[in-house]
Amino acid sequence: MTSETSVNLINSDQSENRFKNKTGSLILYILIHLSSFVTILILGILLFFMLIRGIPYISPKLFEFNYTKENVSMMPAIINTLIITIITLVIAIPVGVGAAIYLVEYANQENKFLGFIRLTTETLSGIPSIIYGLFGFLMFAISFHWGYSLLGGALTLAIMILPVIIRTTEEALKSVPDTYREASFGLGAGKLRTIFSVILPTALPGILSGIILSIGRIVGETAALIYTSGTTAKVPSSIMGSGRTLAVHMYTLLSEGLYMDQAYATGVVLIIIVLLINLSSEFIVKILSGTQDE
Amino acid sequence: MSQTIKENLMRFIFLVTALVSVLAVLLICYFLFINGIPALAKIGLDNFIFGKEWDPTNNIYGIFPMIIASIYVTAGAIIVGVPIGLFTAVYMAKYCSNKIHRFLKPAVDLLAGIPSIIYGFFGLSALVPIIRNIFGGSGKGILTASIILGIMILPTIISVSENAIRAIPETLYEGALGLGSTKEQAIFKVIIPAASSGIFAGIVLGIGRAIGETMAVVLIAGNSVSMPTSPLSMVRTMTANIVLEMGYATGLHREALIATGVVLFVFILIINISLNLIRRKAL
Repeated sequence: MTSETSVNLINSDQSENRFKNKTGSLILYILIHLSSFVTILILGILLFFMLIRGIPYISPKLFEFNYTKENVSMMPAIINTLIITIITLVIAIPVGVGAAIYLVEYANQENKFLGFIRLTTETLSGIPSIIYGLFGFLMFAISFHWGYSLLGGALTLAIMILPVIIRTTEEALKSVPDTYREASFGLGAGKLRTIFSVILPTALPGILSGIILSIGRIVGETAALIYTSGTTAKVPSSIMGSGRTLAVHMYTLLSEGLYMDQAYATGVVLIIIVLLINLSSEFIVKILSGTQDE
Repeated sequence: MSQTIKENLMRFIFLVTALVSVLAVLLICYFLFINGIPALAKIGLDNFIFGKEWDPTNNIYGIFPMIIASIYVTAGAIIVGVPIGLFTAVYMAKYCSNKIHRFLKPAVDLLAGIPSIIYGFFGLSALVPIIRNIFGGSGKGILTASIILGIMILPTIISVSENAIRAIPETLYEGALGLGSTKEQAIFKVIIPAASSGIFAGIVLGIGRAIGETMAVVLIAGNSVSMPTSPLSMVRTMTANIVLEMGYATGLHREALIATGVVLFVFILIINISLNLIRRKAL
């Protein structure tokens, strides 16, 4: 990497000569830098705009426990988001991690069957959230006669984040050196013991960052939830009741069109949550690369 | 003895968890097709897909304008997102210092982590007024949706392309430089062609994202069911159609919405299959 930077230095020192009679290269050089700048600029404008617009509307009223037409509180939505996130993770983590363990530690890597499971995981990750919503609606709300329910929404989301958890766990497991496994077997540990006492603890940061990524998707999800957990603006008495999450709350405010100020404020809360999630995922990735002496 | 039983039992449990994703795909297909196919039969596949009128009160269900809208908006997103994304990926892989990369990478990840409803709201409150002031009309439409979707697929394009570019051996790049080409020539004539199938996979992934995007599009595309005549036309995509009407639809109307989902799902499956073919070629 040091040679790369020194090349850059030489280039920038001679940048006036470098592009002599090389208009094409100069244009590309400019486009490359301009595009990167635009990418960052877009992110900056988006965050700045949403925060500036929303922060003035944040008030204690928006965090009162019960939603009324007067306070348009987002508190029930925050609690529902929390409930749905927990149920989703409780379902998806054991299944996803278990699947990844099977794929990496047990399955014969040449096996056709393995390729088939990979294909279905990839298919799942390519399905748009509205299709998940439609499926969840048809299966849980209609077929199971649950109506709109937090549980139905959480089950739908669990299937949706399954590929994320499987893929990140797989990568984390694969990054555990084989010598660890061999050492564990050599000490007389069985396969199961090796997995739970050696491999999983080593792979934990990678698995965690995948889980945090999934939390981000759950919190931001709207299309898959509108017709599965519904849009009721209160915390239901059980998980079989309907309740809107924060993102759905924002959508209903926008589509009602009456509470734009509150929608901006909700946007701020949502953005802050997403920022926190991304920061903690970065942090964990850093721990991961730290322990492995990158 | 009990140890072997335990080992085998857990092995079986892990196998079962691995099969959950297979089961999930089967269930999704089953529920969509079982509920959507009858409507296709009643309306007629031809009338449904190529019908230009959507009028639930008179039981007329044609989604052709929506298919076209989905395709236009997706194409627009690709036109906006691919050049910016590809150039940014080149910058991140070949130009920027480690220090800048440590800042850019999380920024791109954050762009990927922002919920689509926020993008939609941003489009609605920031971009729609700008488009309205410049071009007149409502400000909502294909152009607005394309720009926001283009931004939304940026992180996908950037990450996948950057990885593809980084995967090309450094010797190829150095060889080109040694033969006297400029850094840009080396990148665009040697590296990018070599990384093309990886980059292409990123673009196809972006197409999948854009065509399936719902919440942002609902807020900024205008949602009127008519054949688009200009980039400023207000359109309704297939995804928007489902979200907008599912809440109150009953009977054949509901089935027609599910059938819209089936058509979208078929599009997604085709995109997935081509993605797999490209990836296999890339390996």
